[in-house]
Amino acid sequence: MKLTINGVEREVEASPDMPLLWVLRDLVGLTGTKFGCGIAQCGACTVHLDGAPRRSCVTPVAATVGKAVTTIEGLSSDGRHPVQRAWAELDVVQCGYCQSGQIMAAAALLAARSDPSDADIDAALTGNICRCGTYQRIRAAVHRAAALAKEAAQ
Amino acid sequence: MTDVTPPTRREFLKTSMLMSGSLVVAFVLPGANRLMALQEPQAGGPFIPNAFVRVGSDDSVTILLAHSEMGQGIWTSLPMLVAEELDADWSKIKVQHAKAAPVYAHTTIGLQMTGGSTTTLSEFDRYRQAGATARALLVQAAAQRFGVKPADCRTENGVVIAGKQRARYGELAGAAAKLPPLKEVSLKDPKEWKLIGKPMKRLDTPEKITGRAQFGIDVRFPGMLTAVVARPPVFGGTVKSFDAGAAKAVPGVRKVVQVPTGVAVVADHFWAAKLGRDALKIDWDLGPNASLDSAALREQFRHIADTAGATAAEAGSVTEGLRKAAKTIAAEYAFPYLAHAPMEPENCTVRITRGKCEIWAGTQFQGMDQQIAARITGLKPEQVDIHTTFLGGGFGRRANFQSDFVAEAVQVAKAASAPVKTVWTREDDVRGGYYRSAFLHRARIGLGADGLPVAWLHSVVGQSNLIGTPFEKLAVKDGIDPTSVEGLADSPYLKETPHHRVDLHSPRTGIPVLWWRSVGNSHTAFVVETLIDELAQAARKDPVEYRRLLLKRYPRHLGVLNLAVEKAGWGRRPPARHARGVAVHSAFGSFAAQVAEVSIESDRIRVHRVVCAIDCGIVINPETIAAQMESGIAFGLSAALHGALHFKDGRVQESNFHDYRVLRLNEMPVVEVHIVHSTEKPGGVGEVAVPHIAPAVANAVAQLTGRRLRELPLRLNA
Repeated sequence: MKLTINGVEREVEASPDMPLLWVLRDLVGLTGTKFGCGIAQCGACTVHLDGAPRRSCVTPVAATVGKAVTTIEGLSSDGRHPVQRAWAELDVVQCGYCQSGQIMAAAALLAARSDPSDADIDAALTGNICRCGTYQRIRAAVHRAAALAKEAAQ
Repeated sequence: MTDVTPPTRREFLKTSMLMSGSLVVAFVLPGANRLMALQEPQAGGPFIPNAFVRVGSDDSVTILLAHSEMGQGIWTSLPMLVAEELDADWSKIKVQHAKAAPVYAHTTIGLQMTGGSTTTLSEFDRYRQAGATARALLVQAAAQRFGVKPADCRTENGVVIAGKQRARYGELAGAAAKLPPLKEVSLKDPKEWKLIGKPMKRLDTPEKITGRAQFGIDVRFPGMLTAVVARPPVFGGTVKSFDAGAAKAVPGVRKVVQVPTGVAVVADHFWAAKLGRDALKIDWDLGPNASLDSAALREQFRHIADTAGATAAEAGSVTEGLRKAAKTIAAEYAFPYLAHAPMEPENCTVRITRGKCEIWAGTQFQGMDQQIAARITGLKPEQVDIHTTFLGGGFGRRANFQSDFVAEAVQVAKAASAPVKTVWTREDDVRGGYYRSAFLHRARIGLGADGLPVAWLHSVVGQSNLIGTPFEKLAVKDGIDPTSVEGLADSPYLKETPHHRVDLHSPRTGIPVLWWRSVGNSHTAFVVETLIDELAQAARKDPVEYRRLLLKRYPRHLGVLNLAVEKAGWGRRPPARHARGVAVHSAFGSFAAQVAEVSIESDRIRVHRVVCAIDCGIVINPETIAAQMESGIAFGLSAALHGALHFKDGRVQESNFHDYRVLRLNEMPVVEVHIVHSTEKPGGVGEVAVPHIAPAVANAVAQLTGRRLRELPLRLNA
């Protein structure tokens, strides 16, 4: 199977129904995308498929052929995506395990809505669980990322 | 938990050694080894060097952590302690987890571990000493080089300066490493602190926002296989027989092996192992717990509460006091079993080679893990290398006396004769035991004519975390596991009640139980703080005024209470259809109060805002403290609104986040944290904010509905 992951073409040998999550983690070696529940309930495994957020734990790898897969490792080359910068500015992370998924979900939201409201953020990120309870900072950081993206665009 | 003298008075002898051109500051702690109640004697003799800081010739300052970073922020706060005394250049700080060794044992518990919100308690002196010792040696080396006295040198930002002469720490590291040990070093006067008390950004952020941070589950190396284990559907069950045929037919499955905890399917990757496990046919002997049932357990606990228990606290004559009371209030409270459900499911990677066992794990309990792995492999503890990774949450789950997920992974690697990463699914985690026990409380309180409590009879029923473990001898006295009654038996309200008694019952049920973030306080604070609110109501007093009356002799309780209510605008009317509830509680050497602003929307409890005041003594990093208050509130609110496990026919009914619900972003209140300035010795912060939120919310709900909810999770239509 030929996949395009973070702009790079990769040949993987996997059964077509193997979830993308395990292809990424165990076959390709991109471990930034995390396993949290396996049933699309926690969002830790969120990646982008042609720019849209997807739960990779329930996405069969065959469904991603011909599409662009973006993982946390490919979100930016230098960790300076506006979402990542906002996350650093507001000291969002604690244990950090869910944060790849949170950041990918937030980046997809900002790509779709450049100035999201609190209700937009709730809708886009309520599917992403954080047991450390960093939610308040996540909400603030999404707003901050929107501002940073706007500054960068100007 | 032990009878050990506090670390502040310990004499530190210092040795130093040269390690790849770097200065390694190492300590020998006289008497440290007598703390190793749970450790095998070490082959290296009675004194083991204890290394915390390395100064590299490249000017880097590497801090080795004796404790595990699981979100609580010690990756930043422990380096701050070293850097403060070392006058290090903060931009040159590197951090890593230390390997498992007795010398990294917790300074009061005597075992290498992270828990009980005690990292700062354990390390506040030790890590400052480490920095001060390194600095003193670098100054000596510089003084020799400059031809001046050490007293004529000063240090600043990684440089030693004397007049016009300057030398960077990296330039001095080699010479400093050759200097003889120092007998003692002095620490800075707190007035000179530049870092301690200053808000510092987390040092682990860059790795954690780019996917580079390595958690246990991310460990990979050539030849490593992955296992998923089928465990009995009922606690205490065992394998009668199994058919591995279909499992072995799954592409990628290499081996199917039996281990003490079940049957492990070992494969090239997780997905194959998981499919293989699904294909296993196992005949289980369900053992003695196959009829466990939550409703029956609740009844059993209620019957037990009627009998005499072990006395955890007593004063005066409670029977007499109750008889004379002007008014009495009686109530019963119930709490469910709870899973920790850290975001990273349990996992552990093990490679056993001749004379060596290597373990990679996000663990809170290296000291125990090392001994248990040694026992399983027949090696000595020092032949077991533990590489601690970042922990994707801990909350107590990654510290238990069986080292369950580590021990099992060692068994799997041993049985498979291969290096194996054993990974749990979320279902395995939720159904895997080591829960916060269910608890039942019964209280009867008599009020005097002034409305204040004169008699308080309290009975607690719940499983013990410590009975039956190696800590039982140290911590359980006269049948009282202090972790079952903490927050109640030591409550100031109880102490202010002239006649009181707390009885404890610790039944055994077959369900493995464990400390869960804030431990006993997770249930006792709810009972105590909702009861006090109810007493205030009975006495027709404002809940804050009533607490102030009872807390007159407790200035730190009063301090946080007053600060929280002031910042929350307690006296002012809340927004329409909103109500405020308050709770104040001390745990882990710290004091906190919370005011929750709550409404009820379509029969659901909604928490809008929480104002939290915290007095944790000397503040190291206010950023960490604010983050931990937010975190504790979210964790406590998860349990207050959602958390519950149920048993039927011995089986846990919940399995994943759809039915074992936890707090989500749309339920997160606005949290404001206010920190009390204090010069008291540092207390804990990681667990301190968990206990208050459930009672604060329940007290607000009582304002809104007139009903006292006495069970968690809070249910309006129960």
